[in-house]
Amino acid sequence: MKPTDISAPSYFHKVVDCQWACPAHTPVPEYIRLISAGRYTDAYMVNWESNVFPGILGRTCDRPCEPACRRGRVEEEPVAICRLKRVAADNKDDVLARLTPIPTTKNGKRVACIGAGPSSLTVARDLAPLGYDVHVYDAEAKGGGFMWSQIPRFRLPESVIDEEVGYITNRGGVTTHYNTRVDSLKGLLAEGYDAVFVGCGAPRGRDLDVPGRKEAAANIHLGIEWLASVSFEHVTSIGKRVIVLGGGNTAMDCCRSARRLGGESVSVVVRSGFEEMKASPWEKEDAMHEGIPILNFLVPKEVLHEAGRLTGMVFEKVKAEYDARGRRQLVPSGEPDVTIPCDDVLVAIGQENAFPWIERDIGLEFDRWGLPKLNEATLQSTVPNVFFGGDAAFGPKNIIWAVAHGHDAAISIDKFCQGQDVADRPDPLVKMASQKMGIHEWSYDNDVSIDLRFKVPHADPTESLRSIKAEVELGYDRELAFKEAQRCLNCDVQTVFAASLCIECDGCVDICPTDCITFTPNEEEDALRVALKAPAINKHQDLYVADGLKTGRVMVKDEDVCLHCGLCAERCPTGAWDMQKFFLQTAKTTNGVPACASR
Amino acid sequence: MSYLKPALKHPGLPKNALGFTRRDYEGSISTLCAGCGHDSISAAIIQAVWELGIEPHRVAKVSGIGCSSKTPDYFLSSSHGFNSVHGRMPSVLTGANLANRDLIYLGVSGDGDSASIGIGQFAHLMRRGVNMSYIVENNGVYGLTKGQFSATSDKGSKAKKGAVNKDEAIDLVAMALQLGATYVGRSFSGDKAQLVPLIKGALAHQGVALIDCISPCVAFNNHEGSTKSYDYVREHNESVNKLDVILGRAPITTQYAPGEVTEVTQHDGSVLRLRKLDEGYDPTDRVAAMNYLAQHKALGEIVTGLLFVDPDASDLHAGLGTVATPLNQLGDDILVPGAAALEKLNAALR
Repeated sequence: MKPTDISAPSYFHKVVDCQWACPAHTPVPEYIRLISAGRYTDAYMVNWESNVFPGILGRTCDRPCEPACRRGRVEEEPVAICRLKRVAADNKDDVLARLTPIPTTKNGKRVACIGAGPSSLTVARDLAPLGYDVHVYDAEAKGGGFMWSQIPRFRLPESVIDEEVGYITNRGGVTTHYNTRVDSLKGLLAEGYDAVFVGCGAPRGRDLDVPGRKEAAANIHLGIEWLASVSFEHVTSIGKRVIVLGGGNTAMDCCRSARRLGGESVSVVVRSGFEEMKASPWEKEDAMHEGIPILNFLVPKEVLHEAGRLTGMVFEKVKAEYDARGRRQLVPSGEPDVTIPCDDVLVAIGQENAFPWIERDIGLEFDRWGLPKLNEATLQSTVPNVFFGGDAAFGPKNIIWAVAHGHDAAISIDKFCQGQDVADRPDPLVKMASQKMGIHEWSYDNDVSIDLRFKVPHADPTESLRSIKAEVELGYDRELAFKEAQRCLNCDVQTVFAASLCIECDGCVDICPTDCITFTPNEEEDALRVALKAPAINKHQDLYVADGLKTGRVMVKDEDVCLHCGLCAERCPTGAWDMQKFFLQTAKTTNGVPACASR
Repeated sequence: MSYLKPALKHPGLPKNALGFTRRDYEGSISTLCAGCGHDSISAAIIQAVWELGIEPHRVAKVSGIGCSSKTPDYFLSSSHGFNSVHGRMPSVLTGANLANRDLIYLGVSGDGDSASIGIGQFAHLMRRGVNMSYIVENNGVYGLTKGQFSATSDKGSKAKKGAVNKDEAIDLVAMALQLGATYVGRSFSGDKAQLVPLIKGALAHQGVALIDCISPCVAFNNHEGSTKSYDYVREHNESVNKLDVILGRAPITTQYAPGEVTEVTQHDGSVLRLRKLDEGYDPTDRVAAMNYLAQHKALGEIVTGLLFVDPDASDLHAGLGTVATPLNQLGDDILVPGAAALEKLNAALR
């Protein structure tokens, strides 16, 4: 196998599984260490740099970092990364003075952002500090977009949204145009903006098409519209018996909101099996915890109604069958149909992008799914000064993806406005620093906690069901947060090997608690993977191969289950192993240097 | 400095016949210098005992004084242990063995403990044939007192500050062969592929087994001019054979050309399968082994591998005709048979 090139930033970045999995590449272990040290404000700022909405994301993120967390491979569950983020937000001091300053001298460029959701706000946050005059348009009365209109208040208090949106919109450089729906892109472009960012989300809920739908329309609601009405307090009650159709996170928000607005018997009905549902496992758990059954393998067949009034729904029972290529098909199981009586139905079976306000004659091309044709890296559309991000770009995703798009689009817009090549992307900021303090001392806490994941305290369910606004999750207190933070393995503190110093004493091999290190004759990767002290069967994880040893063997380290405990380096007599902190921050226009000047 | 090894382990770690992983045979974290060869020997002992599927409580580990003799703390934390007086491991172990012959005895010693202060004890234990495995962690230097030459330092080798050793070295392997040891091997801490099977064979051997294991002292004896450094041993290592220890009826999976492999069945039924690396070497011929050692020593080579084994070895208990049951399982009436029995015995000797 070819020796590993550890100078490529992607190699050690990949070892930090959480940061690699995060679309915005938040330096997770770095802020978790700061939480352990009680430095909540610093931890918040590390987050704010990368993901812009730590308080919001700490409650609502889809947390792609957690399934990736190494802890989940050496123990039962990953570190509660998401909820630790909330700890930083809950316990921080005033951060206003630490936010990137907004210059009073402008650079003369005007940028319009359509929609005041996470992607648009990220673009605004990244561009305003460079002197851009950013204008944010939204049809609603305040900023936040989807985060405000559709995520129920019992999951995300309004004060948290207002605070973090305010960090962007209330500090100058950003002009908000709320209660202003953009009806024409052509018209907006005619106003002379240097660039336009489209971050309007995927605003259309998919509808149901079964007999009886029209007749019972008064009691059948589209999930996202209904959630928005609840959020704006236009809707304050619902029938006693409610069916929620759909298996995504919107369905979970619908059923839990219904439970709080008078729904006594609320059930979720999904076409697929329980396991294949799109909702995050923890959201399903929270719903079931509130007494909401999830009924699976039921396909809507008919809406029952009497005199224009909804009375129930009929479902066909199906089962999953897989063809030779492993594709799933839902086929009738032959069992009798299931009838569920109900007073209201909430339809949360998906969202669609809709751009009726974009004229088709301005050169902006769409693909056959109705999505804009974009360059995936730059997010530039076929109209050079129009950029897309968030759900508007590639269909419904989540907040953290929207933020990541916002950062990328801001770089593109900056480059575009400065007459640079948009395709030329700036490098990330990378730092490596030895953590060695003495012979056997490290400047990070290398003890490995053996505690299992701590549960986040929840409000009493009978209490929390009484109000749509009472937050269900209470968050970790400082003591629990410290213990949970200690579970982090510090995967960003890398094991760096210098073959020229190694005397091949086997000290590291013998001490390694997870059998990661082997000295062996070199072979091809597949042969090497099975020849190691413990076979490296997880091919998603790299082997770190170093040559240049006196015996002609190679050092092979399987990164898969390394605890980053530093014992290899402690037991190394020559310092051939060193523990070095790898810090990577993706390029952003707010790193202090405009994208166009960073090379 | 870490004083605890994380309990988390590789999820794919195999289990032995008893359902234990290798990690279950570990001890506390080593306090020896980083890079010490002794730690590799501890790891090899852990591996060997785990592979043999020995219940930890059936092992008694006994040591003397020195860096080597600290190591029993770093392996088999669930086994019996006795950290005895300097050079006195052989007598303590002999006593323990006489009292309870059912345990598996592992003596861990060093070149100072065995070749200097304890050389008399070493010699007598060998000639008595106590059923044990005697591992000498041989670094040729007094590490705990900062690097003086030990009795196994080769004549002409250099100390860290440049002094040259003028005394002849004691070769414990040659002594053991001469004194009647029935399983004699030499190995190197940096070669676990050789060391682990050698320890397994020794543990299965029903007689006295000596393994002289060269174990570089990184702090005081790993420099240019040392004959016990990692580099020197790797360059001069002359292995006579490659050993596999087979327990029970494990299938033979590898085919060898005739004459390439010798099999020696020990008393406990374990089979030592030796792949010859030196064509003419016969590991069951004591005199030939002694000659071979002397010849190759003259060539400046360090001969390693299983150098001698007597498959029909007997031990001290056989010589003394002792009772087959461990003393702790005998009742008072048998252990203390009374004045009449003593009288009878005395009468028989008159």
